[in-house]
Amino acid sequence: MRKSILAGASGVALVLALSACATSANNSGGGASAPAAEESGTSPKLTDCTNKMKNDAPQVSVWGWYPNMATVVDNFNAGHTDVQICWNNVGQGQDEYTKVQTAISAKKGLPDVVMLEADHLSSYSIQDALVDLVPYGANDVKPSFSEGAWKDVSSGDKVYAIPVDGGPMGLIYRTDVFKKYDVTPPKTWAEFADSAAKVKAAGGPLFGDLGSNVPAAFMALQIQKGAVPFGYDPANPQALTVKLNDQASKDVLNYWADLSNKGLVGKQDQFTTDYISGVVGGKYATYTSAAWAPGYLTGAGVGKGDSKGVWAVAPLPQWDEANPVSVNWGGSAFAVTTQATDKKLAAVVAKGIYADPASLEDGWKKQVIFPLNKSVLDSTEFAENKTDFFSGQQANKEVYLPAEGAYKGVVYAPITTYYYAQFQAELAKINSGKVTGDQAADELQANIVKYAESQGFKVTQ
Amino acid sequence: MAHATAVDVTSPDSTTRPRAGRGRRGLNERKRSRTGLLFVLPFAVVFLAFLVAPLLYAFYLSLYSKGLATGVVFAGLKNYTTAFTDPQFLKGVWFVVRFALVLIPVQMFVSLALALVLDGLTTRFSRFARLMIFLPYAIPAVIGALMWGFLYSPTFGPMQQIADLVGAQAPFLLDPDHVFGGLMNVVTWQWAGYYMIIIFAALRGIDASVYEAARIDGASSWQIAFRVKVPMISSALLLILVFALIGTLQFFTEPQALRLVSNGTITPDFTPNIYAFSQAFAYANFNYASAISFSLGIVVFIAVYVFLFLTRKRGSIS
Repeated sequence: MRKSILAGASGVALVLALSACATSANNSGGGASAPAAEESGTSPKLTDCTNKMKNDAPQVSVWGWYPNMATVVDNFNAGHTDVQICWNNVGQGQDEYTKVQTAISAKKGLPDVVMLEADHLSSYSIQDALVDLVPYGANDVKPSFSEGAWKDVSSGDKVYAIPVDGGPMGLIYRTDVFKKYDVTPPKTWAEFADSAAKVKAAGGPLFGDLGSNVPAAFMALQIQKGAVPFGYDPANPQALTVKLNDQASKDVLNYWADLSNKGLVGKQDQFTTDYISGVVGGKYATYTSAAWAPGYLTGAGVGKGDSKGVWAVAPLPQWDEANPVSVNWGGSAFAVTTQATDKKLAAVVAKGIYADPASLEDGWKKQVIFPLNKSVLDSTEFAENKTDFFSGQQANKEVYLPAEGAYKGVVYAPITTYYYAQFQAELAKINSGKVTGDQAADELQANIVKYAESQGFKVTQ
Repeated sequence: MAHATAVDVTSPDSTTRPRAGRGRRGLNERKRSRTGLLFVLPFAVVFLAFLVAPLLYAFYLSLYSKGLATGVVFAGLKNYTTAFTDPQFLKGVWFVVRFALVLIPVQMFVSLALALVLDGLTTRFSRFARLMIFLPYAIPAVIGALMWGFLYSPTFGPMQQIADLVGAQAPFLLDPDHVFGGLMNVVTWQWAGYYMIIIFAALRGIDASVYEAARIDGASSWQIAFRVKVPMISSALLLILVFALIGTLQFFTEPQALRLVSNGTITPDFTPNIYAFSQAFAYANFNYASAISFSLGIVVFIAVYVFLFLTRKRGSIS
């Protein structure tokens, strides 16, 4: 166990160090920085690709962070004589968004196609950085995706990205801890709190975690209770509705604040070395997370050695068992940037990069994604699959497929980065006992409204 | 020895110079100043291109304001008035001011004490100790901060392992109650060795006969240290004070590197520099970020200038 912790620690340290170094920008990145394309529509030759091309066809540059990206890119390139992908991984999450935002502001440096999470699309489309893909045939692939998945990448009648994977949420838990303390997977949040108290009273581990660095997950949990944080329609780009302190949002924050203050859940930021080592070491009985979590946990060393064969997943606890609500955390999509030299060719890549059966199968079989393509979602093989991480549990059939099927989609505001940063600060204050859930929600509302107004939005509260 | 040769070389020149005719002397001097300019040129180019031009550009940017929904508009000095009424910016400023007030004396005391001890030692150990104390400075600040992130770790850091022996929970030095001290420790560790070397070099420059004279007058080692050594190196102390002041007001690297492991304690507005960074690269607000950076630059410049002005007599820097 010690070995795996150290391995994890050095791994994360390495990642941190690398991401610190990774600021050396990708200067070939944007087609826009290169000379204009010729009439034939060929994109200029790019030089800093991580992968090898299969032929001399015109190239499209892509930023993507997905762990099995190399396989996916090779699959795509092998199947295309009209276009080749030049792929580069510039980091994930805030690392990538910082680079994307800087390239947008600089008006050069973006790749032709970029992998983004759905909650950031409107932040970039409002800055005219993303291409509406409808004229480039986005609706041709619309039937491949569920309504919720498509809504997440659309704004009004515009479509800004092609979905790749989703993050329907469930409750991942440790069977060994549940068995030892005689609890069953909670069906409601009330049961969740009761079980947490019961396990703690018996001297057991923390039941879950209120990580301040996962505001997107807590926003999803608020939406589950009925909150509608933002209203936004790009047809009327200056109007923004902000409702971050409605009763549902406050209830969810108060609920977690209570668990945190009673010491029933941890206060550790997630995805850190400390958190992962805690997960491996049995410090947390549950992990409220999305369908992509097993892949990331496995990659970080969870589910091996001591923590092998102890994981299972149950549907996300509900507020009202009679009216279950499914929510989504994360997931990704491929967008074409307005800096792309050849937008048509870039759209071919965005639509096709994750559409071939080999790539999709590689993704879900290795548990690194929960694909949104219906060709997989509707297949018996996917539904019946016995997930390795969950010791052969049919996780897709039992938890994730129903969750994905019931997901309705969310409207995200074009100020996601700022909103998440402020939300994170409030979650940290809750964890340190400085504010109640009510106060956090009110502060957040006031802060975001003020910011949105300073950005020129007409805010409806 | 070196002094003597320097005098020998220059003295003939100074004696021959007045003998030269008036016109010739002017020509010579013009030629000389032109040659001088040539030597300054490479520096001037770099200075203008990488300092003055970016400053002007930042100032230009700071006069505009950009809204996601409105685009870029001319704002005059509005960004500056916004900055000085922005609670997030002021919170960061207040933090670095408090931090500087505690950190600088601590750092100076530690580095001065180390230098005085090492100056007093004559064993081989002193050379080794000097290297070891200087070593942290040789480690890039980011790497150092990452290492501290590990040392502070509440799960597997050595502090927790020691606490585990008695079944206790070690304090997490990056939580809101401890982050002040936790960062102070990191920064002192990083810089004290560097300042120590500066002071030590100044101490080595003192003529040993001064100590001998003091000893003959009956001064103890303590008296020599505080009444002879410290006053004689006051210009070095002033220098590191200025370094520390500038560095602390621009506090960025360590908190930025530790942000990821601080469980949200280190916020995007933690120090003015981090706030400017977040405004520019996370929130796409380069205009406001420029105003913040510019304000910070002015404050640092004024603080250092006033400070040097007030201390101009005591130190040799003037």
